[in-house]
Amino acid sequence: MISWLDIIVQGILVGGFYALFATGLSLIFGVMRLVNLAHGDFIILAAFAALAIVQFTGIHPLLCLAAIIPLMAAFGYILQRGVLNRTLGKNILPPLLVTFGLSIVIQNALLLEFSADSQKLPMGNLTVASVQLLPGLNVGLYPLGVLITAAAVIGALQIFLYKTPLGAALRATSDDSTTIRLMGIDNRHIFGLATALSFAVAGLAGVLIGGYTNFSPASGPSNLLFGFEAIIIGGLGNLWGTLIGGMILGVAQAIGAEINPGYQVLAGHIAFLAILLAAPRGLFPRMA
Amino acid sequence: MIPLLETTGLTAFYGDFQALFGIDLAVRPGEVIGLIGANGAGKTTFLRTVTGLLPAAPDAIKFNGQPIGGARAEALVKRGIAMVPEGRKLFPSLSVEENLSLGATVKRDGPWNLQKIFQLFPILEERRKSPATKLSGGQQQMVAIGRALMSNPALLLCDEISLGLAPIVIADVYRALPAIRAAGAAMIVVEQDIAQVMRVADRLYCLREGRVVLEGAAAAMNRHDIAAAYFGAVA
Amino acid sequence: MKEESTSFFKKKGAPPGVAKKLLLRFARGWTASGSAPREAEQKFFARFFSKKRFFPCFLLLCALLPLLGDNTDRQLGFEFAATLTLATLWNLLAGYAGVVSIGQQAFVGLGAYFLFALVVFAGVPALAAVPLAALACGVIAVPSARLLFRLRGPFFAIGSWVLAEVFRLTFAQISSLGGGSGMSLPIMSILAISHSRPERLLLFYVFSAALALATTALVFALLKSRFGLGLTAIRDAEPAAASLGVDVMWLKRVVYIIVAAVTGLAGALLFLQNVRISPDAAFSVNDWTANIIFIVVIGGIGRLEGPLIGCLVFFGLRAAFADYGAWYLIGLGLLAILMMLLAPAGIAGLLDQLRNRLQKR
Repeated sequence: MISWLDIIVQGILVGGFYALFATGLSLIFGVMRLVNLAHGDFIILAAFAALAIVQFTGIHPLLCLAAIIPLMAAFGYILQRGVLNRTLGKNILPPLLVTFGLSIVIQNALLLEFSADSQKLPMGNLTVASVQLLPGLNVGLYPLGVLITAAAVIGALQIFLYKTPLGAALRATSDDSTTIRLMGIDNRHIFGLATALSFAVAGLAGVLIGGYTNFSPASGPSNLLFGFEAIIIGGLGNLWGTLIGGMILGVAQAIGAEINPGYQVLAGHIAFLAILLAAPRGLFPRMA
Repeated sequence: MIPLLETTGLTAFYGDFQALFGIDLAVRPGEVIGLIGANGAGKTTFLRTVTGLLPAAPDAIKFNGQPIGGARAEALVKRGIAMVPEGRKLFPSLSVEENLSLGATVKRDGPWNLQKIFQLFPILEERRKSPATKLSGGQQQMVAIGRALMSNPALLLCDEISLGLAPIVIADVYRALPAIRAAGAAMIVVEQDIAQVMRVADRLYCLREGRVVLEGAAAAMNRHDIAAAYFGAVA
Repeated sequence: MKEESTSFFKKKGAPPGVAKKLLLRFARGWTASGSAPREAEQKFFARFFSKKRFFPCFLLLCALLPLLGDNTDRQLGFEFAATLTLATLWNLLAGYAGVVSIGQQAFVGLGAYFLFALVVFAGVPALAAVPLAALACGVIAVPSARLLFRLRGPFFAIGSWVLAEVFRLTFAQISSLGGGSGMSLPIMSILAISHSRPERLLLFYVFSAALALATTALVFALLKSRFGLGLTAIRDAEPAAASLGVDVMWLKRVVYIIVAAVTGLAGALLFLQNVRISPDAAFSVNDWTANIIFIVVIGGIGRLEGPLIGCLVFFGLRAAFADYGAWYLIGLGLLAILMMLLAPAGIAGLLDQLRNRLQKR
């Protein structure tokens, strides 16, 4: 009994990571209906950037966030205005194919710079610290911290979107990106901001996941798939739903891993497909 | 007196399709211009070109004597051109108050603010927190007008504000126009409801197939002239 | 029969050689509008070298070439034809039916694994197992479509990738089919095809070339039919097509299922020829999706000749630059991105533009 509780708790904690992966994806899709197929690779890019900083300066990876987050945000803004804005329109092919191309380019560029070796950000004792809630039920402080961070990020985003004028502008742009211009607001700039925000969260996610599990240049696509599954399970257009979706995914994976370590990722995919079959719009959909 | 807005030989294209064939139109400060014409005559196209949503030659449109053709729409709002778009185009994800406040993003000097809009359309104050698209058609039209006014424009463009509304509601909406005029804005009112336009406009332009076919003081026009221009003289 | 040479050749001074003559005739025929020909000769070459006639002839010519070569040529020809098949199918799906899938590797691998299963478990002769594997893929595609089409647009794309991952991870667990490390076909089943390797290579080449030609013909016939009119209508204006009674969802599903079956056929052939299979190779995103997408994008999406042009470019680039490893892939990715941004109709589109401009002169 306790061991099953332990499995579920571990799964819920991992959900925090998946929710962070998903939040960045959600933001861009919400504002401009664009799915960034390279999103997972940008997360890994941030992890490698943190690795480079750590190797060069020796500071703790979490301190790198002070540089990574603004750098990723700036990169996202430039990428959106320079490249991705040109792909927006009625045709779904250009954004998909351009971001797919970006994914391949990033993976190979990382391969060239860092080799295919598995890496991990040195977090020190943080990742092994745990607290015992019940006999047999240990809660890792690091994943707990990540889950709380994910909730905080989503909460902050909700406040930003619903309580600030700029947030209102983002929501309005997602409704109608032509009429927003009649308000004196440049839609190209809003798109850039949305991507900047998305990349900032991706940067955070990259550093956090990089300290918890091994990563390599090829690790990007799985992050994309997990984030995507969390969104679909939780329901489109609902960031809190995405958090729950991430937790459900984590629990499914944990159960699968318990049955057989080789089943871990597969169990997650199957849970996703099952929910897709039973509830096509997700559990808590808000968007059409 | 320099016209507030002046278009000279304005043309507009949708891809290869030409929608406007050289429009000459002028709006003097404080004036109300009526723009009428059948569907497809080019009225909305004209407004979209003036607001910068469609490209135009720089000198074809002059605002306060400055060429603005082809300028970006966002920049023109700052200069003082605001539009109440066809179909209202409110933001469904935002409340009434948020829609209105968004209109004030561009901070221009002028009399209009949230309080004054609520004075103009009291019903909106009651429904301020409601999602904008949950209101009735007439109330939504009021929000759309209010949203455009919040930027304190020198020139307000109204695209078919009576569309889809019952006559009594149309009267409610048009009751606001004198107040808008009194506060200083010039207007171009695009309408299918000719009687309504005749009541508010100083001067009238009639478009047909992308060309101006009639223009003059509203008071001096009669039904026959307008019908002939609107539908085209019967050969 | 003396023909006038263009000023380019006149300037050179030397009389054109045979190759130049052919090129010249090709260029004139390709650019001749055909509607007001000035000489009977020009008219003949215009009709012969017009895009409609030229493309199938060129295709047939390419098909015949490896038959003249040696084993390596036939191996390359086999790979080329199989890739062309996959590219043509992806083009049908994305370029014509508007269904963007980044998970077609699901059916490449599925077809391959069904082949291996039929041969190993049921003792079916290898060549007979190929069409059976294709059929099985078509069958599996039915519930897959039901599931995946609950997702729209870009989410469908990622969903198709998830499906491929499910297949990959599942087959990695089946130890009787080699599990994670894979397996090879029993020698007897290979020798049953033919005892001589050159003959086997020849046979495989003929099959794959036939498949590529048949797939192109299938796409061509599909587009000319009422079916195809529906597809074009969807591509041009989906809501309008739907309102006119074109059952958009049904059409897309049918195309998806057909494409899945033929993709499975190609996959079965590929891994039969390879003899060895593993989940990572059979369900590889890079081999069966990334490369295919690059080929179709660079060649020209939504155009019949796109996949062929793309394959020629891809194999050419690979021959020249594959040694550069990751740089080569980065270059390929950047090329696809630039193509999508600057020339979305691909090289085929650029050629059409060139042709139009030359015709107007």
